[in-house]
Amino acid sequence: MSYELWVILTGALVASSCSFIGCWLILRRMAMLGDAISHTALPGIVIAFLISHSLDSWAMLIGAAVFGLLTTFLVQTLHQSGVQSDAAIGVTFTSLFAVGVVLVSVYARDVHIDLAHVLYGEIAYVPWNQLVVGGVELGPRAVWMVGGTFLLSLAVIGLLYKEFKITSFDPALAAALGLPVTLLHYILMTLVSMTTVSAFESVGAILVVAMLIVPGATAYLLTDRLGIMLGMSCIIGIVTAVIGYYAAVLLNASIAGAMTTTAGTLFLLAFLFSPSHGVVMKWRAKRRLAN
Amino acid sequence: MESLWLILSDPNTRWVLAACVLLGLSSGVLGCFALLRKHSLLGDAFAHAALPGICIAFMLVGSKSITLFLIGAVVAGLLAAACIQAITRYSRIKEDTALGLVLSVFFGFGIVLLTKIQQSANGNQSGLDSFLFGKAASLVGTDVKVMMGVAAVLLFVCWLFFKEFKLLSFDPGFGRGLGLPMGLFNALLMLLIVLAVVIGLQAVGVVLMAAMLIIPALAARYWTERLDRMIVLAGLFGALSGAAGTLVSSLTYNMPTGPVIVLCATALFLLSLIVAPQRGLAVKGMRRIKLRSRIAEENLLQSLYDLAEKDLLAGRLRPGIGYRIAQLIERRPTAPKAALRTLRRLHRDGLVKRVGAAQGLETRWMLTDKGGELAYELTLHQRMWEIFNMYEGVLGSFKWDGRQGGLAEQLPPEVLQEVDRLLDAHELKPRLTFAGGGRA
Repeated sequence: MSYELWVILTGALVASSCSFIGCWLILRRMAMLGDAISHTALPGIVIAFLISHSLDSWAMLIGAAVFGLLTTFLVQTLHQSGVQSDAAIGVTFTSLFAVGVVLVSVYARDVHIDLAHVLYGEIAYVPWNQLVVGGVELGPRAVWMVGGTFLLSLAVIGLLYKEFKITSFDPALAAALGLPVTLLHYILMTLVSMTTVSAFESVGAILVVAMLIVPGATAYLLTDRLGIMLGMSCIIGIVTAVIGYYAAVLLNASIAGAMTTTAGTLFLLAFLFSPSHGVVMKWRAKRRLAN
Repeated sequence: MESLWLILSDPNTRWVLAACVLLGLSSGVLGCFALLRKHSLLGDAFAHAALPGICIAFMLVGSKSITLFLIGAVVAGLLAAACIQAITRYSRIKEDTALGLVLSVFFGFGIVLLTKIQQSANGNQSGLDSFLFGKAASLVGTDVKVMMGVAAVLLFVCWLFFKEFKLLSFDPGFGRGLGLPMGLFNALLMLLIVLAVVIGLQAVGVVLMAAMLIIPALAARYWTERLDRMIVLAGLFGALSGAAGTLVSSLTYNMPTGPVIVLCATALFLLSLIVAPQRGLAVKGMRRIKLRSRIAEENLLQSLYDLAEKDLLAGRLRPGIGYRIAQLIERRPTAPKAALRTLRRLHRDGLVKRVGAAQGLETRWMLTDKGGELAYELTLHQRMWEIFNMYEGVLGSFKWDGRQGGLAEQLPPEVLQEVDRLLDAHELKPRLTFAGGGRA
């Protein structure tokens, strides 16, 4: 496979795995929690590095997932002790992020983590970091990481689809039916942090946040069915990755930035022209009624 | 101490210190309104959205100029605010999703512009970088003077429109009813928040700017229930964290200022969370423990009373009859050990006494006259409640105030009479009385 294909494949995998999990965040009104988790992965990565002394992806994945859960737990605890939820998210993620930045600065000589790199990421470097098993190059490490977590979240959500659906739309009913609402919340948040982190390393936080939210929001404007929304958001994510890559090549600009901008443009199109929820369509329907 | 003095004598550090204090002050004050409007995370969105504005300003001018950067960032921030409002109003997308969407798309677009700037000939973007991650140490006199001017305007406008912003935070519908242009005030408040975010960007950076809006205000919320005091406190907390953060980071080698300021603010927040009077976790916890032990005491007194009353009705009540813990917790289940501890407390207060010689869990207990009187009152109160709740539809609704004494003192006399009659009809009137305990 060529260099170009690997980059597009990575982008498409990141886009579809993030938007698949992001749909649930949008429906549960927890989109900003996804943003928070993608930021608090930083201290997780740094601490994992300080403990394991290696840049091994799996140690980082575990460290960041632990911090993702810690974020969820702290937000939940603060919220239960009377802090409104937006402020609880704000306090938690900024404080943990500050801890991460301080740790990077203090151990600057030992930690080879470039802050700018973590935040923007550089998807263009992905194909050069190959996974080698027994001397055979099996493709970029990032593809395996992101693909693996995508398969995991597909499997978990596939198994618990009904349960996730009911807790997302009507948590009170789910609790009355005896479903473990809190446990499901934490399972989802574990998946969010694993997805975030596996993608984060290769493409940067900002593309992860964009892919968590934007394709799902676009799909949300195009359909009223959960299953279709999930599938559609993945397709939108893949389309975004392909268009974004070629736009970046054309403009000679950052690939992650171009993908994000493409996602925003697609959302704008859906916002204006969605057959059921678009602004223009609603306006036309209103005018037709008036005549 | 000496090194602190040495650092303060450096004019550059003094500028940085002044900038961080001002930044904390203004974002603390504005954060109060943002917090009360449940818009805490808007600061995060504005901070990210400023990037394309700054980049465009740079592309147009081709050099680093703080005033132009400010204008670019403010325009981009206001555009982001308008986008968030449009998305939530004209589609079914909720505010949190709209926030995240606008934040990431604006930032992503900013990165595209940033890479273009880096490639262009005058690609000296070191100034831009400090905008993103914050580099308080790079602040110079001119920057601080601009910040001072903006901060002074912000605080003045807040003072001028304090009443209107207060109304906007608590009851915008009422304000609209009074004929005030609430939309305009909302826009003005947004503009002020954008300004506060933008002047802070250079010192603490994109991600942490949100913290300066949220954390001091949230910490201040714990200490008071009045908006004016909360604003003063939040400003104070913000300024204090700004000062402490600058000093700590300048005393330590290789320590970035922005994160340390945020961590100082977080420490203040955690302190408030724990020790604040009224709302603090420590006070709340103490209150809960006290309430729990009072309920445990009342439950045991009532159980003792119930058992004695049952024996009285069966004709078995002899003077000096006592009851074991096993019997007591059968009526109102608790752990035996906890019941024993509670009984010892009651014994110390002279409300119960031991009967016989058995020790520990086997001890038999009975009410003293003093305890009996209290238990009579508690039981009567409880049974009146039961009757009242059973017949609430007939007796009419009534709001009981726990601080104003029992039900008997607060019910209107005719309702009280009716409750008394119903108590008799259900054979629920407490039968057992103690010396000085009123009726037979």
